[in-house]
Amino acid sequence: MPLLKRNAPQFFVFFFLVAMAVATLFVGDMPLAGLVGDALVRLFMNGVMVLSLVPMLSAGVGVNYGLPIGLLAGLLGMCVAVNYRLGGIAGFAGAILVAVLIGLIFGYAYARVSRRVKGHEEITGLFVGCSAVFIMCFFWNVAPFTNPEMLWIIGGGGLRPTIGLESTFGKVLNDLGTFNVGGIQIPLAGLSFFGALCLLLSLYLHTRSGRAMAAVGESETFAFFSGINVGKYKTIAVVQSTVIAAVGICVYAQSYGFIELYNAPLMMAFPAASAILLGGSTGKRASVIHVLVGTSLFQTAYVFSGPLANSLLVPELSEILRVIISSSIILYALIYAGEGKSA
Amino acid sequence: MKRINLAPVSFLALFFGGLFFSKMSVIFVLNEVITRFIRDAVLVLALVLPIIAGMGINFAIVVGAMCAQAGILFIIIAQINGIAGFVSAAFLGIGFSAAVGYLVGRCLNRVKGKEMIATIVIGMLANGVYQLVFLVGYGTVIPAHNREILLSTGKGVRSMVDLADYRNILDRIWVVELGDVTIPVFMVLLVLAFCSVVAYFVNTRIGQQIKAVGQDTDTAEVLGIDVNRIRITVMILSLAIACLGQMIYLQNIGMFSVYTAHGNSDIISAAAILAGGATIKEARVRHVILGVFLFHSLFIVSPQAGQHIFGNAALGEYFRSFVAYATITVALILNLGTRTVPPMQTKVKDQ
Repeated sequence: MPLLKRNAPQFFVFFFLVAMAVATLFVGDMPLAGLVGDALVRLFMNGVMVLSLVPMLSAGVGVNYGLPIGLLAGLLGMCVAVNYRLGGIAGFAGAILVAVLIGLIFGYAYARVSRRVKGHEEITGLFVGCSAVFIMCFFWNVAPFTNPEMLWIIGGGGLRPTIGLESTFGKVLNDLGTFNVGGIQIPLAGLSFFGALCLLLSLYLHTRSGRAMAAVGESETFAFFSGINVGKYKTIAVVQSTVIAAVGICVYAQSYGFIELYNAPLMMAFPAASAILLGGSTGKRASVIHVLVGTSLFQTAYVFSGPLANSLLVPELSEILRVIISSSIILYALIYAGEGKSA
Repeated sequence: MKRINLAPVSFLALFFGGLFFSKMSVIFVLNEVITRFIRDAVLVLALVLPIIAGMGINFAIVVGAMCAQAGILFIIIAQINGIAGFVSAAFLGIGFSAAVGYLVGRCLNRVKGKEMIATIVIGMLANGVYQLVFLVGYGTVIPAHNREILLSTGKGVRSMVDLADYRNILDRIWVVELGDVTIPVFMVLLVLAFCSVVAYFVNTRIGQQIKAVGQDTDTAEVLGIDVNRIRITVMILSLAIACLGQMIYLQNIGMFSVYTAHGNSDIISAAAILAGGATIKEARVRHVILGVFLFHSLFIVSPQAGQHIFGNAALGEYFRSFVAYATITVALILNLGTRTVPPMQTKVKDQ
C-alpha cells in the first residue's frame, strides 16, 4: 500500500485531529468557533514562513534549515520600522521593505555558503543559521537604536528580548477587514495577504525561470546539458527563500504582537519544515498546495490540543505534543526519502 | 597528515586573547578547566566512534544523556540512596541507552548520508518523549512513590531535583592539592581510563571493522562486514558512553535540572571535539582530551573577557555560543565542501 506508506503522517495527524475534535465535544463548553478562528489566524501567521521553504525545495537544495537567516533579516527590518515609529499599514509595509532589502543581502551570502557544500545544504544551513543568530545577538546588544520602547529601561544599551508592537503595527493584518460568519472570526486581510503571496510564488514557478529552477531540482545533470546555469538558479532559490522568510517573520510578529529577538529564531525552522513535509512534500519537490495543506493541518492540530491539554491540567502537554509530532514528521520524511533512494 | 591542524591553534590563540582581557588568574582558570575536564570529557568521548564509522557527528548523544537522567529519576523515585543508588542508576541508564541506541541505529541505517540532521531530529523527538514521560506521565501513569519530587499539581516531576545523595560521589575520592590547584586524581584517572578503553577498542577486530565501514561502505560489504550491524553497534556504544558521561556530569554538578540539564550537551561536545582537531570524518581520542581543555578554557574566560572589553558579560556569553556553533559550521563547510568543479565533471561520473 504505497499510498498509506507515503502519506502516513497526513493520515496520522488527520486522525489525531478527528480524535481531538471528538474529545473536545466530550469535554464540553469548548469555544469551537473561537478555535476555528484561531486556526485561521495561525494559518496565515505561520504560512508565509512555510511558504519560504518552497523555492529551495524545488531547486533541489533541500529543506531550508537555515531559515533563521531570513528571519533575522525580517527582525532587522521590523526593528528599523519600530525605531522610526512607523505605525499602522505604513509601518508594516516599511518593515517588509527593509526586511526584503536585507533579506536579499543575507540570502546572497547564504547562497554562497550553501553552494560550497553541495549535497549537504541542510545540515550546513542549520548551523549557519544558528551561528547567524548568535552574531545577531551581538548586534542587538550594541545596535544604535534610539526608540526607548525597544531598549532596556535600566542598565544601558541593548534591545529588549521582546518588543511590543502595540503602538506601531501590531495586529494590523489581523484586525483589517476581519468579519464574522456564524461566530467564526475570519481575518480577511491576513488570509488575502498570504493567499496573494502563494499565488505570486505559484505563478513564478510556472514562468520560464521557475521551470528552469524545477529542472535543476529534478536532475542537475539534465539541467546542465540543457544549457541551464545550475549555480545561478540555486542562488536564486536560496535568495528567494530567505526573502520570503524575512516577510514571513514580519507577518508572524505583527500577529503575535511582539518582536522576539536574541535566541528566539534559533529553532523556528523545524516547525516550518514539518508543516511542509506534512503537507505532502517529499523533501525533493514542493508546491504551494503542500504549504496550504500542511500548515492548516499542523496549526489546527496545535490550536485544538491547547484547550484539551488545559482541561487535563497539564498545560505543557500541547507544546510537548507539538514537538513530538513535528519531529516525528521530519524523521519520517527523512526515512521515507532514504528508502526511495535505496530502492 | 603533516599539515598543522588549524583548529587547536586558533582556539589556543582565542583563549590567550580571552585570558588577557578577562584578567582572571591562571590558577582559577586551571582549577575550573580541570573540573570541566572531568565533567565533560566522557560525553565528548561518545562522539569518537560514530565519526570513525563515517556517520558524522552524533548529535543524538543528548539521547544518551536523557537515558542517564531517566535512570537517575527512576532510582530517585524508587528511593535508593548513596553508592548503591548511583550504580543502579548507571546500570538502568545503560540499559535504556542500549535499547534506544538500537532503535537510533536502525533509524540511521535508513537515512544514510543524512545521519547528522537525523540525529538532531531524533534528539528533539527524544526530548519530547522524555518530557511526556516525566512531566505528564509521573503521577498519572507512573505511580508517584516519591512525593518530594512531585509538582504541587500532583502531576509531573519538579524542574529542579536535588542530588545531594550523589553529589560529588566520585569527585571526592583521592583528591590531591598541588599548591592552589585541586586535582581529583581518581576522576582524572577514571576519565583517562575511559579514553584508553575507547582508544584500545578502535584497534580491536571490531574497531577495525568500524574503521573499514567509515572509509567505504561498499568495500566493507565486499569484505564480508555486516555494515548495518556495525553501525547499530556503534550507536549503542556511543549512547552508552554518553549516558555514563552524563552520570559523571550530574554527580559533579550536584543539582539536577530535570528538563534542561541535557540541553546543549550535543553542541558543546561537538564543538569541543572539533576544537581538538577532529573533523567530520576523522577523530581520535587525543582530539577529545585536547579539545575539552581548549574549548572549555575559552568557555570559562569569555564572559569575563566580554565584561572587560565591552562592559557587558552577556556579550561574552553570546560569543561563546557563537564559537560553539561557528566551530561546527566551519568544520561542516571545510569537510563537506566540494572543490569548485563544474557540475559536468562531478555528476557524469555517477551515471
